[in-house]
Amino acid sequence: MSDLTRLTAAEIGARLASGAVSSVEVTQAHLDRIGEVDGAVHAFLHVDAEGALAAARAADERRAAGSPASPLDGVPVAVKDVLATKGLPTTCGSRILEGWVPPYDATVVARLRAAGLPVLGKTNMDEFAMGSSTEHSAYGPTHNPWDLDRIPGGSGGGSAAAVAAFEAPLAVGTDTGGSIRQPGAVTGTVGVKPTYGGVSRYGLVALANSLDQAGPVTRTVLDAALLHEVIGGHDPADSTSVDAPVPSVVEAARRGADGDVAGLRVGVVRELTGEGYQAGVQQRFDEAVELLVEAGADVVEVSCPTFVHALATYYLILPAEASSNLAKFDAMRYGLRVLPDGVDAPSAEEVMRATRDKGFGDEVKRRIILGTYALSSGYFDAYYGKAQKVRTLIGRDFAAAFERADVLVSPTAPTTAFRLGEKLDDPVAMYLNDLATIPANLAGVPGISVPSGLADEDGLPAGVQVLAPALADDRVYRVGAALETMLTKAWGGPLLDRAPDLTRGDA
Amino acid sequence: MTTERTLSFTEALERFDPTLGLEVHVELNTASKMFCGCSTVFGAEPNTQVCPVCLGLPGAMPVLNAKAVESAVRIGLALNCDIASWCRFARKNYFYPDMPKNFQTSQYDEPICFDGWMDVTVPDAEGQSVRVEIERAHMEEDTGKSLHVGGATGRIHGADHSLVDYNRAGIPLIEIVTRPVTGTRESAPVVARAYVAQLRDLLLGLGVSDVRMEQGSLRCDVNLSLSPAGSGLLGTRTETKNVNSLRSVERAVRYEIGRQAAVLDGGGSVVQETRHWHEDTGITTSGREKSDAEDYRYFPEPDLVPIAPDADWVESLRARLPEPPRERRARLQEDWGFSDLEMRDTVGAGALELVEGTIAAGAAPSAARKWWLSELARRANEQGLELGDLPVTPADVARVQALVDEGRVNDKLARQVLDGVLAGEGTPDEVVERRGLAVVSDEGALSEAVDRAIAANPDVADKIREGKVAAAGALIGAVMKQMRGQADAGRVRELVLEKLT
Repeated sequence: MSDLTRLTAAEIGARLASGAVSSVEVTQAHLDRIGEVDGAVHAFLHVDAEGALAAARAADERRAAGSPASPLDGVPVAVKDVLATKGLPTTCGSRILEGWVPPYDATVVARLRAAGLPVLGKTNMDEFAMGSSTEHSAYGPTHNPWDLDRIPGGSGGGSAAAVAAFEAPLAVGTDTGGSIRQPGAVTGTVGVKPTYGGVSRYGLVALANSLDQAGPVTRTVLDAALLHEVIGGHDPADSTSVDAPVPSVVEAARRGADGDVAGLRVGVVRELTGEGYQAGVQQRFDEAVELLVEAGADVVEVSCPTFVHALATYYLILPAEASSNLAKFDAMRYGLRVLPDGVDAPSAEEVMRATRDKGFGDEVKRRIILGTYALSSGYFDAYYGKAQKVRTLIGRDFAAAFERADVLVSPTAPTTAFRLGEKLDDPVAMYLNDLATIPANLAGVPGISVPSGLADEDGLPAGVQVLAPALADDRVYRVGAALETMLTKAWGGPLLDRAPDLTRGDA
Repeated sequence: MTTERTLSFTEALERFDPTLGLEVHVELNTASKMFCGCSTVFGAEPNTQVCPVCLGLPGAMPVLNAKAVESAVRIGLALNCDIASWCRFARKNYFYPDMPKNFQTSQYDEPICFDGWMDVTVPDAEGQSVRVEIERAHMEEDTGKSLHVGGATGRIHGADHSLVDYNRAGIPLIEIVTRPVTGTRESAPVVARAYVAQLRDLLLGLGVSDVRMEQGSLRCDVNLSLSPAGSGLLGTRTETKNVNSLRSVERAVRYEIGRQAAVLDGGGSVVQETRHWHEDTGITTSGREKSDAEDYRYFPEPDLVPIAPDADWVESLRARLPEPPRERRARLQEDWGFSDLEMRDTVGAGALELVEGTIAAGAAPSAARKWWLSELARRANEQGLELGDLPVTPADVARVQALVDEGRVNDKLARQVLDGVLAGEGTPDEVVERRGLAVVSDEGALSEAVDRAIAANPDVADKIREGKVAAAGALIGAVMKQMRGQADAGRVRELVLEKLT
């Protein structure tokens, strides 16, 4: 394994700045690593070696000219396949978009390019971001670098696995109910869901517009902050984007890394711990909280009673929005077109039906049906309408909790990575993975997941989640960095150093 | 296509009361579309005014056109509506190939304008006006346009393929919906027409739309139901789509009254359905039935933020509204001294602005009206053009009249001057110059011509000498003939009488 792939993005940035390495070398090292391990991991759906190297050469020229585009100029990045990339296939993990090459870049992608980050390729995901395991990808699952027989989380399992397997130092994910944070937890990586509206959604193929948020997927909190500052900020093309400066997350991450959390009020959410959480996951979480106490934080228990309805609320709002969003995939303008068998001169409607039947997987169809039902005349008030009311109550629970605490903490996911196939036939068991992450999406507040250690019973990574009020993203970075520093010290080095070396066949 | 039985209009009204409802879609004339920066210019090559947003490409997001909101509010104010202090867009979900997202971004239960009214002047009822209540005026986006190829009718049935032009997709629309209009009885068809006509004038005055029905920038759906005469009930309605001329609005209402009356009279019941209007045959035919009412699964558009028009801004728009067409007409009629009939003809001919412009350019009101409503109306009619589409400006017409007033041309020559202007030969003065149309004002030449005419017609001259002044016409005609029409007939008459009396 090349040393260059073991470096953090911040370290790569420093070496590029000093001229110790070139972006072409760094980018090539990651492309080589992808060539070596991605056959087993399958984090990528599409690798763009040529484009990445061209961008790397341009970055090197800027560095040589003394005018780098950003601190991360030349640091390669992987992008979840749900973000539109001009000239690069964008499938959202679905058969129905096979072969579609967008004519435009998502704002996030445009910002990556403008900041000089070579795009290595597009990462695997559950179809249209529906799932917690990437098993719902039409192109086959991604494997967890800690144990290739296990899921890497989802829907952004590809981005998390790419970072965990050192195929990329940075990746962009999207989080609708936990799709950045839960994969982060089960792969021992860092994932951040920014405040809703903090990062542009323009070009993010919507799963649920009122919940979706793009964010960083990295191995360190500082790297996440560096990437956040590249992709964040107001975008006039996204009407829901927040017209305010990006919080100083890099500064917060650096400040947090000194471990000083004295006087910080930390709320442990009663409804997001205990029953339903794997013993080893709960244990690592409790220890993380203990570290915060030792570092001088005031830890209090807070109650958010309506959080118990968050999952049900989420599974009404999300399918409702998704059922409408996915209507555009109708074979008329782009993507897959399937002609119905045995129909002479089929009508447009027949082609739409045949295409959507073949092009969508079962989970997608399940949610389209759920959402269509929830929005139907006569059911709207009882389902979608009521869900919106509960959503308001969840927001109030957060507001009340943030009266008593500066940040809230919980385990990120209730379990460590389960085996591929284990929950595929039990949608509700799959949905329960996002129990702790969903409330943040419903309320639009920011959250981070940082590794909390390995669960005793299976030796697999678990994560701790830190939530903060809307627009206070800096707080999750500060506390995340503090936890990272203290835990890394306790472990004697980064958790990922304990992951199997995928090139030796001992995974 | 089967033609259904209809009752005569008179019979239908003996037994039934019609109730009208009108839904008018207006395309705004904003430079860019409702939710993206694409051009809205009409008539471009298909699919050249499109982008990821209006094509509904995956990931693209809408951004609301502020100018469209302003136009919507101005329309609402002009229709005496309340303006919502807070409202949202909603998604109207249904599948159709000309709708890129398979949902239309529209407004549902939170329209930006609501509870308004317009007093409609009914042209064939002396001084009568009908208050049409406006339920709502809301914003939405237009769909693309399907072209069905290979069939005989241009409709999807029988076509072998269809083409879609998305240039129209995303053009801002305002949908203006009336409350049921009752009690209009036999005036129902003309009330419907007058409402649309007056609405069109109002929109034109606001400058928010081209309101060209033939280009589809103003489209009308006619809802009609019948109830037993005097019952005060509301019957089952039909919605006749795309009635796209004023004349058709009137005809469609009249036809549906007769058709529904025949259905009810025969013991049947009217099916709640969409109907298609056929301009050529003047009938409606059944479209898709609405009895299994489509479920559009409306919900608030999560990609857009709520609209909350600032109250001060709304008031500033209200303060700057133009004079409403009805009030403006009353004012102009008084200023110009037109009779009711003259005013109605002027408006009916679509000549109000033209006459106004001509007067503004210096012509007397009666002269301005005369030119536009007789000479020019005839020519427009011959060429199948709207008056306003003739290649002559109000300033040209005023100049022609000035030439007459100055005695430089007579009426006959003036018509030739207009011919020249219409033929693109230049301004009236240039035409006079190039065609040599000025009347002969050389007194000596005229006097000689009169003398020749007297000499050639001694009998006529004697009659005049005897006091039969009316006989002068024959001499005037003879002089005009000599001068090939290029003489001032009034001056010739004076000369004749001077010499003979």
